[in-house]
Amino acid sequence: MNGQRFIRDTQEPKRQLVVLLIAVGVFFFILVTRLWYLQIIKAEDFQSLSENNRLRLVPVAASRGTIFDRNGAVLVSNRPSFSVAVIPQEVRDRDWLVDQLVTLLGADRDELVKKWEKGKGRARYYPIVLASGITRDQLELLEEKRLWLPGIEVEMKPVRQYENGTLAAHLLGYIGEISDEELKNPAFVGYNSGDYLGKSGIERSWEEVLHGHDGGRQIEVDARGRILRTIAETPPTMGSSLVLTIDAQLQKRAEQAFGDQAGAAVVMEVNTGEILAFVSNPEFDPALFAGRMPPEIWKQYLEDKRHPLENKALKGQYPPGSTYKIITALAGLEEGIIDDHTTVTCKGSYALGNTTFRCWDKKGHGAVDLRRALRESCDVYFYVLGEKLGIDRLSAYAQKFALGAPMGVGLDNEKGGLIPTSAWKLQRHKTRWFQGDTLSAAIGQGYVLMTPIQLASMTAAIATDGIVYRPRLVKRIIDRDGKVLREFQPEIITRADISPRSFKSVKEGLWAVVNESGGTGGMSRIPDVRVAGKTGTSQVVKLRDTRGFIPYQYRDHALFVAYAPYEHPEVAVAVVIEHGEHGGSAAAPIAGSILRAYFEGKGVIRRPVKAGKGTAAGDDGSGENATSDEGAQPREDQE
Amino acid sequence: MIDRRLITNFDWMLLGLVLLICAVGVVNIYSASSSYVLSGTPYYLKQMSWVLVGLAIMLLVCSIDYHLLEDVAYWFYGILFLLLLVVLAFGKTSMGATRWLHLGFISVQPSEPMKIIGIITMARILANIPVSGGLGLRELAFPALMIGAPAILIMKQPDLGTAILVILIAGSMLAFVGIRLSALAAVCIATVPAVWLGWHYYLRDYQKNRVLNFLDPERDPLGTGYHIIQSKIAVGSGGLFGKGFLQGTQSQLRFLPEQHTDFAFSVFAEEWGFVGSLVVLLLYAVLTLWGLQIARRCNDRFGSLVAVGVTAMLFWHIIINIGMVIGLFPVVGVPLPLFSYGGTSMITSMTGIGILLNISMRRFMF
Repeated sequence: MNGQRFIRDTQEPKRQLVVLLIAVGVFFFILVTRLWYLQIIKAEDFQSLSENNRLRLVPVAASRGTIFDRNGAVLVSNRPSFSVAVIPQEVRDRDWLVDQLVTLLGADRDELVKKWEKGKGRARYYPIVLASGITRDQLELLEEKRLWLPGIEVEMKPVRQYENGTLAAHLLGYIGEISDEELKNPAFVGYNSGDYLGKSGIERSWEEVLHGHDGGRQIEVDARGRILRTIAETPPTMGSSLVLTIDAQLQKRAEQAFGDQAGAAVVMEVNTGEILAFVSNPEFDPALFAGRMPPEIWKQYLEDKRHPLENKALKGQYPPGSTYKIITALAGLEEGIIDDHTTVTCKGSYALGNTTFRCWDKKGHGAVDLRRALRESCDVYFYVLGEKLGIDRLSAYAQKFALGAPMGVGLDNEKGGLIPTSAWKLQRHKTRWFQGDTLSAAIGQGYVLMTPIQLASMTAAIATDGIVYRPRLVKRIIDRDGKVLREFQPEIITRADISPRSFKSVKEGLWAVVNESGGTGGMSRIPDVRVAGKTGTSQVVKLRDTRGFIPYQYRDHALFVAYAPYEHPEVAVAVVIEHGEHGGSAAAPIAGSILRAYFEGKGVIRRPVKAGKGTAAGDDGSGENATSDEGAQPREDQE
Repeated sequence: MIDRRLITNFDWMLLGLVLLICAVGVVNIYSASSSYVLSGTPYYLKQMSWVLVGLAIMLLVCSIDYHLLEDVAYWFYGILFLLLLVVLAFGKTSMGATRWLHLGFISVQPSEPMKIIGIITMARILANIPVSGGLGLRELAFPALMIGAPAILIMKQPDLGTAILVILIAGSMLAFVGIRLSALAAVCIATVPAVWLGWHYYLRDYQKNRVLNFLDPERDPLGTGYHIIQSKIAVGSGGLFGKGFLQGTQSQLRFLPEQHTDFAFSVFAEEWGFVGSLVVLLLYAVLTLWGLQIARRCNDRFGSLVAVGVTAMLFWHIIINIGMVIGLFPVVGVPLPLFSYGGTSMITSMTGIGILLNISMRRFMF
């Protein structure tokens, strides 16, 4: 600080203030003069401009991006659809106009009024869509009467076209009109009431990429609504397109293999994590969601015991049943509790304290080593192993495969399954972990839950000796000219640090499941290619009486996981048949069909093979605390 | 510690004026944004909260003796200058311009505080130059460099409006100190090639287009020319008394994207007419004159210069914004102080007002 500032330095700048005052005066005077010119002298001209020449904004809807399969086949595209909109500014008698529309379109009066009310609060020249998806006949009727219906506009906008009907419906998802909650959501700023957006599946999760931006044309119209000239135009920008990892042919074959059975299947490339088929059966018709859903079909969807609206591959969490024995076996080998030659004697059940844990085969398997335990899915072997491991060691191995959390497949609301630990149970159920719980967990029952995606991922990770790739559904984003905007690369989530020796032992067991006599997965066998796999059956409810008729919703789920070729794995598949009862008979043949379709597609299998799936073999009971993992009678070796 | 005179000398007139303009602004934003289908908090409520934030900052600024500013001027200047360089290097690009710098939890736009810091820096330089008969070319060199360098960086971002403002503010302060006729003539002559060079090497195409569109609005009826046409129709159709609150038809267009920010005044002029516009202009004129009055009454040179600088900042914002809305100037994206929607502008204006209050209430301290 200097002392200078405490004295008046000079009077000179004060004189300069006069200069500034004059400048201020001049500028304000210019503004006032200009306002005078605009608002007083030219006021009438501008008033007539603003009143007579009305402006109108015609929105030009953007096309959503196309969705392709991995080979460039179109899965979802767009087709034009016509809708009727009203421009409130042009309407003098609203009730009369609504009456006209009711007769012309056969529309519901209340619905029209409701939509009209909803569109209020915007500029009065902005069109409000009253009815969309109108037919050609309605369109013609409307065009005829157009001159007598001031304020009515017909808009053309693109709507979704699902090229293969219901194919991969759960994966692709559907679009629908934006809801009131979504309008309030900051994520959807820029969307207007009446806009469409993705509601589920790829359409939802990749909305930002697919959506595009609407354009608009501002036109000047005379008092009769005739277009005088276009004042401004913003062209719409089409949304980007997606190339999925899905193979439409394989997807089709996989869905066919399910028939009308409920369930899910995920087929994955083991060396990239790319998902080749993503089945949730039964499917729904996504086109009905974008347009008008007939109430009887809606009712049918809701009442179907097989829950066609549920995305079972993404959100279905199933006890993995005996497929989980793969994890138990690896844990046992790595922890040195067992080796290839360790044997356990199965007498059909195992007693722990007062509880008896039963093997699916009441007769007992006798002395079993690891290979046989996997091949014939002996429960007792894994009870003993599980008991020695303890739950926390067992779960640690499951977590090495990134199980127990969503895998980040690129779809919203992916479920994470559950890998229980003693700490988890204490926190969640406020009780300590019991040994019995471990025995259940060791055979994939009890608290353990996995999604079909996780089952496929786990299987792929076995095939690659522990490399867990992130399962992916989107290969790349391209613009409308086909230029690649973003390419997604395989991403390794984790590497399970498990010795190749342990993998080798387990894999030999999985080979035996499919290829050896007595193996439970014989029905997944296909010509020319060797498959390795594991059956599983997961209890829905504990039933004492397993004889006689069991209602559909109480039957066990059937599971099968597999990879192939055994020597140089390329592809992994996981199949869950809800209430299919037996993994070997219900799920394994479907996995077989899918694998066959895959290798036929690659030209590896050339022999045309008669269609003919194995049918369910004999029924064997399931114990009170055990699963039944039956062996479908192995077929004759075809090789 | 608190001098009683500070409270008795508090400039209630200035505060009242500011609150009045803010109130008119909020009411106008209510009208301007009423045609939007809103998600989230309405603009006028957000603006009210910005007014409150601004008032808090204003009180904070006027509670610290402004002489402190003289001591920190160069430090702040240095920091901001560095930030401007960093923004150009690493800033986040939004809407084609790189203005924002994200520091983890907060985003800063250093060109905005540069207006205030530029004023303080200029005041410090000019307060220490002995003047007799106006500044000569030699005395102009240093201040010109100190303002020219950041102005070029800001233009590079590119933010033409802010760059022009920084230069205009500094120019006004120089005019207050006085420039020798010979020096003024030299500067004017030097401006010609500078403008030519600027046009060819510094202005982006869209900025050139804005100037050209201003000269001939029909050239681009879709873009900025369209704004000018629409805004003129809006203002003109307001007539003597206006169409009434919420009754504006021309300006309630969703197609005019900045109607609550840069074009807020055209909404107001349409709804309140010539009479309303005059009232607002009068409020701003009084604000400007009051600022000059504070400069006049101030007893130290630094204070006077800062007061002139802040007043010039408000003044040029007002003139350029309203001039732009009524078709006198090109569209350069300058908000109307205390009136347009937006937190950045509100905070800058309120900081300036706080400094004015600060100078005003400490005028008797010597």
